[in-house]
Amino acid sequence: MPVVTVDGITVEIEQGKYVLDAIRKAGLYVPTLCHHDALPPFGACRLCIVDIWKPGWDPDWFRLVASCLYPVEEGLVVHTNTKRVIEARRVVLDLLLARCPQTPLVKKLAKEYGLEKTTFEETPEPTDCVMCGLCVRICDHLGISAISTVFAGFRKQVSPPLDNNPPEACIGCLSCAHICPTQHIKFEEDGNKRKIWGKEFDMMKCKVCGKAYVTSAQVEWEVKKGKVPLDFFDLCDACKREEMKKKALSLQVRM
Amino acid sequence: MALKSKDEFERYAKDCIDKRSRKKIRILVCHGQGCAVRGAQDVLDALKNEIRAQGLDGEAEVIPTGCHGLCSIAPSVIIEPAGVLYGNVKVEDTKKIVDVTLKGGGVIEELCFRQDDKALPYVREIPFFASQTRIALRNVGKINPYEIDDAIACGAYQAFVKALFEMTPEKIIEEVSVSGLRGRGGAGFPTGRKWASCRKAKGERKFVVCNGDEGDPGAFKDRALMHGDPHAIIEGMLIGAYAVGAKEGFIFTRDEYPLAVHIFSLKKAIEDARRIGLLGERILGTDFSFDIELAFGGGAYVCGESSALMRSIEGKPPEPRAKYIHGTEKGLFDLPTVLNNCESWADVPFIIGKGGKVFASFGTEKSKGTKVFSISGAVKNIGLVEMPMGVPLRKVVMEVGGGVRNGRKVKAVQTGGPSGGVVPASMLDIPLDFENLQLASSALGSGGMIVLDDTTCMVSLALYFVRFLLDESCGKCTPCREGLVQMEKIVSRICEGKGTMADIEKLKGLGGAMKLACLCDLGRSAPNPLFATFTHFFDEYVEHIQHGFCRAGQCRALCSFKIVEAMCDGCHECVESCHKGAVFGEKGKLHYIDKTLCDSCGDCFRLCTRNAIVVEKPVLKKAMEA
Repeated sequence: MPVVTVDGITVEIEQGKYVLDAIRKAGLYVPTLCHHDALPPFGACRLCIVDIWKPGWDPDWFRLVASCLYPVEEGLVVHTNTKRVIEARRVVLDLLLARCPQTPLVKKLAKEYGLEKTTFEETPEPTDCVMCGLCVRICDHLGISAISTVFAGFRKQVSPPLDNNPPEACIGCLSCAHICPTQHIKFEEDGNKRKIWGKEFDMMKCKVCGKAYVTSAQVEWEVKKGKVPLDFFDLCDACKREEMKKKALSLQVRM
Repeated sequence: MALKSKDEFERYAKDCIDKRSRKKIRILVCHGQGCAVRGAQDVLDALKNEIRAQGLDGEAEVIPTGCHGLCSIAPSVIIEPAGVLYGNVKVEDTKKIVDVTLKGGGVIEELCFRQDDKALPYVREIPFFASQTRIALRNVGKINPYEIDDAIACGAYQAFVKALFEMTPEKIIEEVSVSGLRGRGGAGFPTGRKWASCRKAKGERKFVVCNGDEGDPGAFKDRALMHGDPHAIIEGMLIGAYAVGAKEGFIFTRDEYPLAVHIFSLKKAIEDARRIGLLGERILGTDFSFDIELAFGGGAYVCGESSALMRSIEGKPPEPRAKYIHGTEKGLFDLPTVLNNCESWADVPFIIGKGGKVFASFGTEKSKGTKVFSISGAVKNIGLVEMPMGVPLRKVVMEVGGGVRNGRKVKAVQTGGPSGGVVPASMLDIPLDFENLQLASSALGSGGMIVLDDTTCMVSLALYFVRFLLDESCGKCTPCREGLVQMEKIVSRICEGKGTMADIEKLKGLGGAMKLACLCDLGRSAPNPLFATFTHFFDEYVEHIQHGFCRAGQCRALCSFKIVEAMCDGCHECVESCHKGAVFGEKGKLHYIDKTLCDSCGDCFRLCTRNAIVVEKPVLKKAMEA
């Protein structure tokens, strides 16, 4: 297994992992917005940038890379807090703060770098979306692809493909809303209905507690595409756990 | 009918040469984009009709060709073997051309190219053509790009046959390495090394890709190449595919190139090559199979970036990926891929045919060979030239380009498009190669060269490129997407006269962070034009900010115009051009500008050939506001 040095701490890490994994294994912290352990690395937010040095390079030459994307290799030396890294991160956060001046997470990260208010011109239309692309990627990863990014550059936004609202393929699973680091994606639930992306979904109820916990569209999709047996959706998560607990206890009693 | 062996190909090539030499006179009508727009097709038809009417069918033929190069005299016609060049040819001129030049052997002076008021009828006399060394463009403008037989008669596919039957893949890669060929798309990565690493990469399935998605403002060489000699690209890709072990190839180009793509050229070239068995299964009876597919971009500039281009071919949004793992290992569909620029591919057959050493004999120590430049802007001769690397910029601008129009002065030359920078007039003697331009804080890029005269404001130029990139950024990574928004705001503030010196520091900090933190080269090089103008034209920024003055007369808020009495000859052109009706005066007499009506658009200033209109500080406006 390759041995990597992060800010003087030596860690051993599997081949195929990334520098960010090594940093975390070393117990250190770099800010991230677009990274999620459940998804392949993306490298869009540019907050996890670090300086690296490889054996064979000039001793005073470093390369600035996105740690979430750079594969680990033997002898790699990582510096997470060099002057230029801090400065570049500060500018990126400053820019994000101009885009999302009211977003708590962005404000918190910016504060870590000494920014209370953006030094750039604040946008007249504040948003909570940091364009990390997590929602789009999770939707794609699940095989649904109901939402995508539309337009490019500063006009880019998350929307159904070709900006045709509401998203035809959406099954109302809420993955996008749950993965969003800034809670930008909003949804509504009122017992029998769930509303997300301007689309309304009928809910299925748990046969034990009666809680409406999953959309019928999701059940239909998972039965059809995922070959999940229909009775899997009889109980909600909490009741399933309860059921499991009972089973385990009865086993214990018998033993 | 597919050719099945080397002998069959050689016989076929001989037939093609015979066919081509059957007619004594060849009239080459440029069918390139510029000429087509100015009626080349009509001229072509008229010439054909005239020749038929005069019974010259047996001796002369009229063929459409790719770009001749001199776009400023479009449409252009070359009559071979005499080598007479006519420009600005109209349908009415065709009868005269047949009468005088074809039958009489004379020249029509008024259609000739003129330099320094002297008519130069022959191609070999014109400095624009005489100073060129054509390697990539060897057949462009010479052959009919819509007929594969014509290309074969001029030597196309000979190098491929040589490579296939006489060379091993290793030998081919060695030859390309010896040639010193470096990527012609702008990055300048050694092609031989790229091929060797792809050959070594593990994987049964490999790809070769041709990047024909040129989008730099002022660059049009790939278009001319793809239209004028598609066979050079196909042949280069065949050799490359054989060398790295690929079976599939893609030519990625812009949907906006109708002549190269939709009408004929590339499409027809690929079909023809398939028909005679140069593409497809078991080429020329060997075990080597290869085919090419055309792929189109949706018009995004970022598609020219290799990893975004690959995503586009895959059918995904064109967003670049980090290249910590090279495309030669994980490229298109995550499989080993060699991606080269059109021009690089077109250079390959020459290298294999003539030997890498011959190619390396051109150019400088680190930048070998020749480079195609697209010259545009304020020069007299706008067009496409191929010259050895290391040629002084002055030669390209002054000799080949013929100097600046309207008797103005060169101020700077923009090279390398939005990733490049500007070379000021004081540095015109700089040799054109990868290293020297980088030292001048510019870049060679894909060879686009926009000559700027003293009516160009350097701050506005930087703003133009920032706006261009703002529109073309893919929006994936934060510093590029958000950084360009802020950069545009600050630079446009300076152009409006509302900037401060602190803005310059802000721009430097922002640009520096973008250079470090952006995901791809579009973002990382986005501050280049801005920084290059900082380096060479910082005094203009100071003038804009501290003196409220734009000396080039381009930033409307920072200039007003005045007519100098001694210079004005009353030609009246400024009066006609003024959209506000702010210029007054009788023809032949002194004119004057009414500043209360003038909106400082600068049309009259740029139009005046006597330099009688000058820029001055907008004193009046400030006074009026106060």
